[in-house]
Amino acid sequence: MTMIFGIPLMVLFGQLMLGLINGAFYALLSLGLAVIFGLLRIINFAHGAQYMLGAFAALLGAQYLGLNYWAALILVPLVVGALGIVVERLLLRRIQHLDHLYGLLLTFGLALIFEGTLVNLFGVSGSSYPIPEALSGGFKLGFMFLPTYRAWVLVAALVVCFAVWFLIERTRLGAYLRAGTENPELVQAFGINVPLMVSLTYGLGVALAAFAGVLAAPLYPVSPTMGSNLLIVVFAVVVIGGMGSILGAILTGLAMGVIEGLTKVFYPEAANTVIFVVMVMVLMLRPAGLFGKEA
Amino acid sequence: MATALEKTTTTDGAAVSPASEEQLCLRDLNAWYGESHVLHGVNMTVRRGELVTLLGRNGAGRSSTLRAIMNMVGRRSGEILIKGQDSMGLAPHRIAHLGVGFCPEERGIFSSLTVEENLLLPPMVKGKGRQKEDGARSGDETCGMSLDEIYALFPNLHERRNSQGTRLSGGEQQMLALARILRTGADLLLLDEITEGLAPVINQKLGEVLMMLKARGMTIVLVEQNFRFAAPLADRHYLMEHGSIQEEITAAELPARHAYLHRVLGV
Ligand SMILES: Nc1ncnc2c1ncn2[C@@H]1O[C@H](COP(=O)(O)OP(=O)(O)OP(=O)(O)O)[C@@H](O)[C@H]1O
Ligand SMILES: [Mg+2]
Repeated sequence: MTMIFGIPLMVLFGQLMLGLINGAFYALLSLGLAVIFGLLRIINFAHGAQYMLGAFAALLGAQYLGLNYWAALILVPLVVGALGIVVERLLLRRIQHLDHLYGLLLTFGLALIFEGTLVNLFGVSGSSYPIPEALSGGFKLGFMFLPTYRAWVLVAALVVCFAVWFLIERTRLGAYLRAGTENPELVQAFGINVPLMVSLTYGLGVALAAFAGVLAAPLYPVSPTMGSNLLIVVFAVVVIGGMGSILGAILTGLAMGVIEGLTKVFYPEAANTVIFVVMVMVLMLRPAGLFGKEA
Repeated sequence: MATALEKTTTTDGAAVSPASEEQLCLRDLNAWYGESHVLHGVNMTVRRGELVTLLGRNGAGRSSTLRAIMNMVGRRSGEILIKGQDSMGLAPHRIAHLGVGFCPEERGIFSSLTVEENLLLPPMVKGKGRQKEDGARSGDETCGMSLDEIYALFPNLHERRNSQGTRLSGGEQQMLALARILRTGADLLLLDEITEGLAPVINQKLGEVLMMLKARGMTIVLVEQNFRFAAPLADRHYLMEHGSIQEEITAAELPARHAYLHRVLGV
């Protein structure tokens, strides 16, 4: 068997693949956080819960409505995103003139409410969501076995990340968003309905989290706490990448997943902490984050 | 009725002024930033095709007047009519869509946008004869300029159209801030100190642009320190002090009041 640094190649590539998959989720989630933070200046602590809602909606939709995976992939982000818009209109808007700390507290409270409600209804143990027929099985690549679903998750996440990047950096709508991030008052004075834009932006960020949740449902146990565990790591990723940079969020997410995967191979004891170690180093050397603008 | 008026004003400008038609009317306008009361009963009227200046010392409340018209101050009271329509209850983006273009004192060039993205950012606002979103041309009914016309007026902007907004010199940023609202079809322009810090040749250019805009029938409220720039352009001047209008001076009265204005403005 081929070995690299005393590690079988298959193990190495296997962990690299797992790392990339995790990285894809980090990228999707930190991208949503970055989009929301850009315009609303709120650190959306409900992001993990909204990701969890996405996975749960897919699960419950399948159980009670016979909703298949592909329909869930489209409908769930729309529904959860719409829920996000309601939250923005009814709650976040009322406190937008206050210190941003209040937004953090409010979304943190929302996360607890979403989680607590679902724990109450369904308990903490996870349920499994079947891998859709068309994506079962895998490819034998010689040096490793690649499950089709994992390959799909990677591709789907990257495509969505790229699409969002394109939307924001290359389109007219994105120009409104970028300008609104800098000076919402003036953008509105030019005739753009900024309050509507804020609602839609929050909805987009939440929809991205829900999309990640549906993608994750066949991979990880679906439980009410699945989001809060993940979110801590995603926040570390956001700190490393720097708040507010779209490309930074995507690249840092992927890179951190890979670093985590490689650590699992070479020094498994540190696999759960390596991202936080990187975070501490980045904070010391470049406090604004790798892609953040220095204040 | 509006079309007929436009026809007459576009040919010979404000001189004829068939327009007793009021484009902007402020009555007893008060405004506050938080606790501080900055406008104390501003009254002014601007008719279609007029160019009116707001003169005053620093802190007189001229920028605040423009911001209050745009609903960009904390709290307001009084009455604002834009083209006859009460705009007190409207959000800023609705006010813009009445055909108002605002060029703020701080320019507000977006640094994450290129020059061309900055130019294309403000949507078309003129309610009537509104063009397609990209507004690449000026139709009969809107007085908006096309991108080509704007680049012809400001070749610097054309050269730098792909650079980020903040890579521009101060003067170029100022040209961009003005150019940006020229293609929207807005026909009531609120311009705050557009000549500040610009070289005389560029001021001359801006003066020509303003004359051309007037000739197209636009109505302009110009906040200006540069008296020599404003004097030949304006139909009337409002002198502001301590958040209210002290005096109205017409272009005809101006020569006689020159010395007085120099004294009160401290220029
Ligand atoms: N954001 C603000 N918050 C509180 N007070 C303000 C604010 N902006 C302006 N003011 C106050 O309002 C008054 C009028 O200011 P304004 O900017 O309208 O003056 P101006 O005539 O435009 O003068 P300048 O030549 O300095 O631009 C000033 O006393 C100023 O201190
Ligand atoms: Mg001012």
